[in-house]
Amino acid sequence: MCLAIPGKILRMKEDKGTVDFDGVQKEISLVFVPEAALSDWVLVHTGYAMSILSEDEARETLELLRERYGND
Amino acid sequence: METTKNFRDPNLVKKIVGKLRENKRPIRIMEVCGTHTMAIGKWGLRKMLPESIELISGPGCPVCVTPASFIDALMAIESAIVCVFGDLMRIPGSSGTLEDARSRGHDVRIVYSPMQALEIAKERETIFAAIGFETTIPGIAHTIETARKQGIDNFSVLTSLKAIPPALNALLTSDEVQIDSLILPGHVCAVLGMEPFRFLPERFAVGGVITGFEPLDILNSIQHLIEKRDAPEIANSYARVVSDNGNPHARKMIDRVLEPGDALWRGLGVIQDSGYVLRKEYQSFDAATRYDIVMANTKENPACRCGDVLKGIVKPDQCGLFAKTCTPANPIGPCMVSSEGSCAAYHRYERSYLPQAGEGS
Amino acid sequence: MKDDIIKLGHGSGGNMTRRLIREVMNSRFDMPSMSDSALIGERMVSTIDAHVVKPIFFPGGDIGRLSVTGTVNDLAVSGAIPLSIFIAYIIEEGFPIKNLERVTESVHQAAREAGVKILGGDTKVVEHGKADGLYLITSGIGMLHDGYDPSIRAGDHVVVSGTLGDHAIAVINARENLGLYPAPESDCAPINHLIDIMLQTADIRFMRDPTRGGLATVLNEIAEEFSAGFHLYENDIPLKDSVCAASELLGIDPLYLANEGKVVAIVRGDAEALVSRMRKHPLGTDASIIGTVTNESGRVYLETEIGSLRQLPMLESDPLPRIC
Repeated sequence: MCLAIPGKILRMKEDKGTVDFDGVQKEISLVFVPEAALSDWVLVHTGYAMSILSEDEARETLELLRERYGND
Repeated sequence: METTKNFRDPNLVKKIVGKLRENKRPIRIMEVCGTHTMAIGKWGLRKMLPESIELISGPGCPVCVTPASFIDALMAIESAIVCVFGDLMRIPGSSGTLEDARSRGHDVRIVYSPMQALEIAKERETIFAAIGFETTIPGIAHTIETARKQGIDNFSVLTSLKAIPPALNALLTSDEVQIDSLILPGHVCAVLGMEPFRFLPERFAVGGVITGFEPLDILNSIQHLIEKRDAPEIANSYARVVSDNGNPHARKMIDRVLEPGDALWRGLGVIQDSGYVLRKEYQSFDAATRYDIVMANTKENPACRCGDVLKGIVKPDQCGLFAKTCTPANPIGPCMVSSEGSCAAYHRYERSYLPQAGEGS
Repeated sequence: MKDDIIKLGHGSGGNMTRRLIREVMNSRFDMPSMSDSALIGERMVSTIDAHVVKPIFFPGGDIGRLSVTGTVNDLAVSGAIPLSIFIAYIIEEGFPIKNLERVTESVHQAAREAGVKILGGDTKVVEHGKADGLYLITSGIGMLHDGYDPSIRAGDHVVVSGTLGDHAIAVINARENLGLYPAPESDCAPINHLIDIMLQTADIRFMRDPTRGGLATVLNEIAEEFSAGFHLYENDIPLKDSVCAASELLGIDPLYLANEGKVVAIVRGDAEALVSRMRKHPLGTDASIIGTVTNESGRVYLETEIGSLRQLPMLESDPLPRIC
């Protein structure tokens, strides 16, 4: 129901950030992710960052999947 | 993030699909979220699954469940700019769409973010069509709060905001609905976290997995749901985005501006406390009051089975109108209209000559 | 006609446009289908094209450049060598002369790049509020290449000359004030010289420029016209990262987005050699073989990145940005 895509914070100013999506950048509101820091990845929906992505969790999930289903 | 691409690893996809094809016991899994419906279609996942696994598309497309009266109300507005998400443009009201209204000269504009509507309101009276679930609502609430802080009186919102957990509760309470497990909407959960979904296993013995939108996310969740079917639980397979506690800042923003209220879901009827309405202190931003809008209870086409589709009682192609009189170019029911609506997604990706599971890839 | 008024979707190039043309025009003009180009006599090809674009100036081009490249490319993909162009201006009262000069300079520049002559034109001015600043209509004349005879069959290859969706994303970003930067640029360019090279290098069986409706719509049209099918490989379809990201952000599919400097060609025989030759041309650097022709009449399949198969139907109506 809610299209959201990940992007990386390149610059921050007050509660806004410039977020890079694979080469295109857009001004995004960071009001809901006050913990966000420069270079963090955030999930963006309708111009708002809704959560901070965790690279560690991503890696962990993938490892879990490989373990579970085996990958050669 | 490089790792996102890895959630499309064709080798792993093949492995999980192999595992899924071993499933013999029939299971009915509802994906609540329209973006999941789209992803399942776009990646051709349904055709990879054995017959024993049935995927049903639920009510998680905000425009599909937006009542015709809401569209009618917006179409009647001539004195102000109406800003909408593109999704709403082709939703049929009782006499046409907002796209039609625009063809007749109404100033209807598509925005990507509610904040854009606020920018437009700095110049002229502007109404924002506030639709969405918990992912979208915080941003809308923030926009309304900003309007008040900055004293932008030209701005108002017509709300049709919906909450997912009460809808799932109503859905599962209904006897007609037979669902074994749920693929939970990842981005709604990014705001709500796990807690609001705990009632699913407790009250209905239905398990759910918070799921991302890549092929591996979805396939793995299905396998998880199959394995945990007899010990239903709420699990989070989308931990890279969703923390178990969701996003408290976003929830706080909702609470500051909005409060729960009854909501009319197209196809499902009125569900108690399943929507959000403006709090008293924000009443002056309510377009309904400002423009004396009464949303009449409009009649739906009786042959349209969108309600049953949303409940998972029938599949889109089991509706007599599907692909005959009801098509994406001429949608009758709301599920055909939004490209993520179950019927439209079905029409686009599934209504085909493609080989059935087991034959193809 | 079931609709009683014209909607924007009737101009999308998708099914709504096709129905409009079929039901209103074809029967009255006594023609099986209305194409924007036709053969006159043995070898002369004539085309016509109307140009409405908002905004008039966009990154990578403007309505002037678009009007020439559109017509030149229409001729070129019909297998003709573009020779000359007529241009008509419909100008809204109040339109700045400075902008008209700028647009006209672009017309001149694009004509020079394409090697075509502007033979003549017409101007009309309409009242303020009656046109979006400026509309242009161009018609073109070209001469058919020797021995170009369209026919396609199973086993032929599908080649595109470069990345898809660039033009539409550039225009949507500029029109809807999306604030993407660096602002995506349109691919708007005359591709007749590239097509000359293609025709010299390989056995080209058919060409089309994937404008309105994008690659998916063009292939569906070809599939219908030739009672053939297509099997495409998602991994081989050239897309810029930035266009992919912008498409995802807006919830639209780049395979349905307009291009203004690309050609889709059906090639028999050695497509690899063709593609490596195309890549040496500045407008063909991202050329790629993206699929093959099949026997399954009217059916366009896409083999996805994960190895599954899905159908790629024709565009219904212009894709709208969405949040869901």
